[in-house]
Amino acid sequence: MGNVIKVGMADLNICKSPDIITTLGLGSCIGLTFYDPVTKVGGMVHYMLPDSTKVRNNGNIAKFADTGIEQLLKKVIAAGASRQRLVAKMAGGAKMFEVNGLSDIGNIGARNAEAAREMLKKMHIRLIAEDTGLNYGRTVELHCETGEFYIKSIGKPVKII
Amino acid sequence: MDNLTLEDVNSKYLDVLKELGNIGAGNATTAIANMLGMKIDMNVPNIRLIEVSDLGQAIGAEEEVVIGIFLEVQQDVEGSMMFMLDIPSARYLVNKLMMTDVSPEVPFGEMELSALKEIGNIIAGSYLSAMSSLTNLVIVPSIPYIAVDMAASILSVPAIEFGRFGDNALLIQTEICADVAINGYFILMPEQDSYVKILSSLGISI
Repeated sequence: MGNVIKVGMADLNICKSPDIITTLGLGSCIGLTFYDPVTKVGGMVHYMLPDSTKVRNNGNIAKFADTGIEQLLKKVIAAGASRQRLVAKMAGGAKMFEVNGLSDIGNIGARNAEAAREMLKKMHIRLIAEDTGLNYGRTVELHCETGEFYIKSIGKPVKII
Repeated sequence: MDNLTLEDVNSKYLDVLKELGNIGAGNATTAIANMLGMKIDMNVPNIRLIEVSDLGQAIGAEEEVVIGIFLEVQQDVEGSMMFMLDIPSARYLVNKLMMTDVSPEVPFGEMELSALKEIGNIIAGSYLSAMSSLTNLVIVPSIPYIAVDMAASILSVPAIEFGRFGDNALLIQTEICADVAINGYFILMPEQDSYVKILSSLGISI
């Protein structure tokens, strides 16, 4: 067993086999990982919002899908991953409260997930698995030895994607 | 200045917001006491400005299961507010209200969740009405929404709300004491221009 690297909210980091990279209690945020199955190098970003260009105060790049995913890509490649072999997985984007209409609180999770799909399409990186939406929180782990992505929620069996 | 964010809120304004929080929490405590028909004391609330990225662990471990009650507010002040309770406190209040004696380990049933929603509604409503009468602003809350989940997951909602405008969030922690200590947290999430409205309604020029 390797070390466990923790990624906070609006944070990103890289990880190499046999280590595990994790983020705890994703709600409407997204935990997105890149992984190169040959060099077993991966990384995770935990972003909060879909678009940095819509926000005046956008200093923290890990807070947004566009800038966060781009930065994560740079970092995993610098750490020895091959861009061609990279695959992506993601989880989160839940709707924690059944809010109807009015503000955009109700659909921010779905917009966060959609932002990743668009970003990855532009980057030509395959999104091979995702577990997004619904109404519950998720703790996620990327095991760099196997590339397995574990999802743990309250009162639900562990899911591996 | 229409785009006042918490970054621009200097210590003077922060004191005003703290005082509002204090009065709101006091009013909410009275409401709980009336609802349960018992005497309840409140400690001075601990009001903190914290970085959005630290909000997930601001009230304890990220994965600790807590109750979140969420309301949207409209009219003069737009935005939302959330009230959070830990499980033992929530169980205590439900037991008192429903005159039961269920252990905190037992998950909440449908009836109990709706009792909790009502508790949240009364607490949040009395908090907002204190604010409303101080500022003379009309503040209308929506129906309450409830979630029982990991603290970090629930706190992602206010973190995202505050994150849209800046890097700080205002967290109000109150401890009220009946025969046990009840820990509750308020998070107010006004839209940007609502800070200006709240402060100027109190005669503070910005």
